[in-house]
Amino acid sequence: MKITFNGQLTETSSQNLQALVIEMGAKEPFAVALNGHFVPRNQCSSAQLDDGDSVELLSPIQGG
Amino acid sequence: MREEKPLNIYGQTFESRLLIGSALYPSPQVMTDAISASQSQIVTVSLRRQNSVSAGEDFWQLIKDTGLTVLPNTAGCHSVKEAVTLAKMCREVFATDWIKLELIGDEYNLQPDPVALLEATELLLQDGFKVLPYCTDDLVLCQRLAALGCEVLMPWGAPIGTGKGLLNPYNLAMIRQRLPDITLIVDAGLGVPSHACQALEMGYDAVLLNSAIAGAGCPVKMATAFNYAVQAGRAAYIAQAMPEKDVAAPSTPTMGMPFWHQN
Repeated sequence: MKITFNGQLTETSSQNLQALVIEMGAKEPFAVALNGHFVPRNQCSSAQLDDGDSVELLSPIQGG
Repeated sequence: MREEKPLNIYGQTFESRLLIGSALYPSPQVMTDAISASQSQIVTVSLRRQNSVSAGEDFWQLIKDTGLTVLPNTAGCHSVKEAVTLAKMCREVFATDWIKLELIGDEYNLQPDPVALLEATELLLQDGFKVLPYCTDDLVLCQRLAALGCEVLMPWGAPIGTGKGLLNPYNLAMIRQRLPDITLIVDAGLGVPSHACQALEMGYDAVLLNSAIAGAGCPVKMATAFNYAVQAGRAAYIAQAMPEKDVAAPSTPTMGMPFWHQN
């Protein structure tokens, strides 16, 4: 299926958010949002992905 | 003389009254050296998409090594939904319920959106966050934020990154006067240490700044200067300034003045 991952159109075979995070090789620390809604890490396995979904995976960065 | 008490942020107390940002430094080493020189106990951080999803690890380790309290922000958010989502993501990553709520209403001067800020603040407070809203120097807005349950407010001195200092001291003084029990932190717009000193002299509890230190010729030296300025301003506030007068008054005694009335 095609999803948007961090703003980029991406082809994935992952069926849920947890699988996608592993597929993308994400390392701690990070947090995930699906279609603009925060998904706690312990709920990523049950968050199913659909064609056209938008996923944001964010990590710490400098801030003012 | 006023009573001295430590900076209080939602029940946590701090000796330093300088909150420092972690952005815009020429290198990670300068960032950590400047943070150290500032004597700050609170550092601001954020979340972003990374070019490499593991790139946040190194930065986060540097911040953790400072041992400082972390204040995540929602910088760059333009809607309530964005800000609330980012706040929740920050809570998970940084393991804190503190959030510097930044919700931009105007792209040109990065002015906070007061209406959306109130809505997002209410949602986040209901969700258990300890919200530190970045707001304009509008008294009524500050009163509304306090009424929602904010114990800390962060009105701007000037637009972010301008270095213009306290553009509207009257408004800031009025907020201080009318909200005596709220922890007030001037956030954004400061350029030189005297700006920070002025805010503390007015009774503001602390200042939060980033560009003024990171953008200085020598950020480490400037961090030291801001640390001194904040301490001087606070000491002056505690000491209470003399009343301002319109007419000159001699400081040297006139009694026993030689050559008095000789002509």
